[in-house]
Amino acid sequence: MIEIRWHGRGGQGAVTASKILSSAVIAEGSYSQSNPDYGAERSGAPLKTYNRVSKKPLTLHCMVTNPNIVIVIDPTLLDEVDILEGTDENAILIINTSMTPKEIREKYNIQGRKIYTLNATNIALEEIKRPATNIPMLGALVRVLYELEGIPKLETVEQEVIDTFGQKLSKEILEGNLRALKRGYSEIISE
Amino acid sequence: MAIILFKNRTVRPLTGNFAVSEAMRQINPDVVAAYPITPQTEIMQIFSSFVSNGYVDSELITAESEHSALSACVGAAVSGARAMTATAGPGLALMWEILGIASGMRAPMVLQLVNRALSAPINIHCDHSDAMGARDQGWIQVFAEDAQEAYDHLIQSVKVAEKVYLPVMSCMDGFIVSHAIDRVSLLADEEVREFVGEYKYPYSMLSKTVTHGAIAMTDSYFEFKHQQRLAMDEVKKAVEEVSKEYKELLESQGNLKDWEIEKRVLKFVEPYKIEDAEIVLVAMGSAAGTIKYVIDKLREEGKKVGLLKIKIFRPFPYEEVSKYLENAKILGILDRAETFGGKGGPLLSEIITALYLKGIHKPIRNFIYGLGGRDFNINHVKEVINTLERTLKGENTPFLSYINLRKDYLDTLQK
Repeated sequence: MIEIRWHGRGGQGAVTASKILSSAVIAEGSYSQSNPDYGAERSGAPLKTYNRVSKKPLTLHCMVTNPNIVIVIDPTLLDEVDILEGTDENAILIINTSMTPKEIREKYNIQGRKIYTLNATNIALEEIKRPATNIPMLGALVRVLYELEGIPKLETVEQEVIDTFGQKLSKEILEGNLRALKRGYSEIISE
Repeated sequence: MAIILFKNRTVRPLTGNFAVSEAMRQINPDVVAAYPITPQTEIMQIFSSFVSNGYVDSELITAESEHSALSACVGAAVSGARAMTATAGPGLALMWEILGIASGMRAPMVLQLVNRALSAPINIHCDHSDAMGARDQGWIQVFAEDAQEAYDHLIQSVKVAEKVYLPVMSCMDGFIVSHAIDRVSLLADEEVREFVGEYKYPYSMLSKTVTHGAIAMTDSYFEFKHQQRLAMDEVKKAVEEVSKEYKELLESQGNLKDWEIEKRVLKFVEPYKIEDAEIVLVAMGSAAGTIKYVIDKLREEGKKVGLLKIKIFRPFPYEEVSKYLENAKILGILDRAETFGGKGGPLLSEIITALYLKGIHKPIRNFIYGLGGRDFNINHVKEVINTLERTLKGENTPFLSYINLRKDYLDTLQK
């Protein structure tokens, strides 16, 4: 079982991306939960949302307090919230930033843990024409998850993005999202 | 929200609220009356879109309060309609007067309760105070561990209610289950419609020979109440019949694993690794799932720990409970509700009664947890088990403890 904590801001789509991830895992016949931290959703306010991903049935019904993966979709949160809370040195961090993993490690003095970065803001602006960083970050997360657990496949996630946005977005914006997803998957930088 | 119509058996990522809305759509009740309240609102939002899209034939009554919503259901039920409603916490509190009227008039109906704390202070999150406050109002009460069980319980509850002419309150934990996406396996529309079947209520007030809601003074009120007790005694048989049929339905396509079928069938209790367990926890709702996870881990270390999950709280399964708890060395009873001034939570009282009836006396500890949605995680389950282990070794431990109170609050108590 892999436990994931997303850090984002209200309106940035972390909850939506977390739902898409669970949908993709379940569509492949495995098990997943997606659980937002309800209470104070306000546009722009820091929020957390959680996933569990497993090949075996999940019975846990509590908050994720010790995540294996922390994903930060808004770089300004790094100075505002404790993204390492509850993690041990084996945890994986995936951060939206223009910096390299090494620069992040030095700037925030992070011990242990594996750091990945992705310039998701840049990808979003180029492909979706607005800073919708949730989808490129989802692409990066899927890459890391697939290498760890073998689930979910990028194609399954693509299909879920189509199912989620297909009726709401124009064809052009939807295709931009799909390109952003794939770029997130391939452009993620490891240490 | 995009509404997709599923018709065939499928496995979907659904929230608890979406799962029970699907169950309601498949049941296709004649009348649904409700008033929105967090965390139940989403159910009525989804269901109303089913109504406006023509996916159900239900008459949807948007009442001006929960009191009126349940009143409408009572009227519908005694007119022979299959009636349903949904509410949460303070909404159930406002239904209080009508809860007793529904059961007293023997009006079969199903209420989906999304468990929420009662005010004050105002809180939208989960605990069982709402259901426990209504436990003696003559309703059958069923508790679900996850979205899958909530879906299955709702479908089976319809048939149980109609067999014994009693209302059923089918409960799931607010937010923890209602708003979390989980893997849910749905039956086909046709299967559910065939399972619940055509509803024929023989005492419709629309016929000329029946009186409902009459006055009953000292000469006859007492006999009506006795009849309600007798009806509750019939629930066991009704549950057995309904669950047998549901089990056959689940087995019919042969693609579900045995454990999945066992979990989905309506039962009074679900024992988990209890046969040789020395330490047994007793719990209801979503906490049971977290406890199972910890039990699996502790079993790997050779610790003999088990769980008895209570699925039906009213009528309470005294016989089964005492049978399963007989061999444990110590019991930890977990209550997600308070009885301020009582010895412990409501579940504790029932467990003690069950044991007393069989002349069983053994160490027992009560743990109040999760009020107002306070997290109850792996560490807290371990803390409970640790307390029970220390008690077994002869250490003095309190009879009742609150789990996961804030440390800064506890520090102020020390001063």
